[in-house]
Amino acid sequence: MLKFLPIAIFAVLVGFLYKGLALNPSEVPSPFIGKLAPEVRGPILNAQSSFNSQDMAGQVWILNVWASWCRECVVEHPQFVELAKAKKLPIIGLNYKDKSEDAVAWLSRFGNPYNNIIEDQQGAVGLDWGVYAVPETFIIDDKGVVRHKVIGPISEEAMQQKIMPLLNTLLEHAS
Amino acid sequence: MMAKSLYLLSVCLFCFGIVTAQSFAAEPMLKFETDEQAATYLKLTKDHRCLKCQNQNLADSNAGIAQDLKREIYQRVLSGDSAPDISEYLVSRYGDFVLYRPPFKVTTYALWLGPFILLFVGLWFAMRISRQSRVQREGPDTDSLARARELLDD
Repeated sequence: MLKFLPIAIFAVLVGFLYKGLALNPSEVPSPFIGKLAPEVRGPILNAQSSFNSQDMAGQVWILNVWASWCRECVVEHPQFVELAKAKKLPIIGLNYKDKSEDAVAWLSRFGNPYNNIIEDQQGAVGLDWGVYAVPETFIIDDKGVVRHKVIGPISEEAMQQKIMPLLNTLLEHAS
Repeated sequence: MMAKSLYLLSVCLFCFGIVTAQSFAAEPMLKFETDEQAATYLKLTKDHRCLKCQNQNLADSNAGIAQDLKREIYQRVLSGDSAPDISEYLVSRYGDFVLYRPPFKVTTYALWLGPFILLFVGLWFAMRISRQSRVQREGPDTDSLARARELLDD
């Protein structure tokens, strides 16, 4: 029986390595999941007012980090435009390391699904949220807890099969 | 003789000048109040990972996010934060992955202890196998043979 132990250990090792092949190393798990979202305060794009994340208390919301220079943002943007039409929940944009005029031009071309857009020209808000690649998307529940983070563009399938069910449960739970 | 040694000395000084100039060329803008702060900064940028270019540390990377993190570390070092405090800030934002040396905790026990466990299992097997082959080579000892014969005769 003991004879097979090395083979068993080898098989387990191969199993781990095989699983490793399917993982995406650029997706680093966020330490924020299940924790209170960091506070955000910042100027709102094209407005005199400023954004304060405390105003979002009591509602489920989405924070989408994007920039006009980000190519993959174009890929996921239609999903947000579509989501905004349903008016289910506020979508907040974080315009990361961008120029205001570029951001405005980009939005007029691809559509503006955002209820508010926070300007983050220096990337300071992004740093607070652990952003390291654009686009990134956070889902925050009514208690201000980060429930989900997506790194990279959200495909139509991902939106339908993963994000929407999660949003629906959170919205049901909140109301 | 005198002229020759002077010449050698100047060559040496010249080379030394190039080497030191190069070692500071990477961070030409940064000024620290104390050498301690500079050392803290260097250590922190070496021990933390650039998440965009995952096999580089912050010191070696010029990616946007690495520059942002270096600036953040620099400002925190200047404002007197200790190295563990700054490291904790980075981990709270970016997770354990930002550390080049994974911490020793429940989720990483297998990572740290696994190799040693495998080594001991391997050694144990090697000892077993070598003992078996010795028994085969030398054959059973005379006492056991005598006992076996006794049992057979009964």
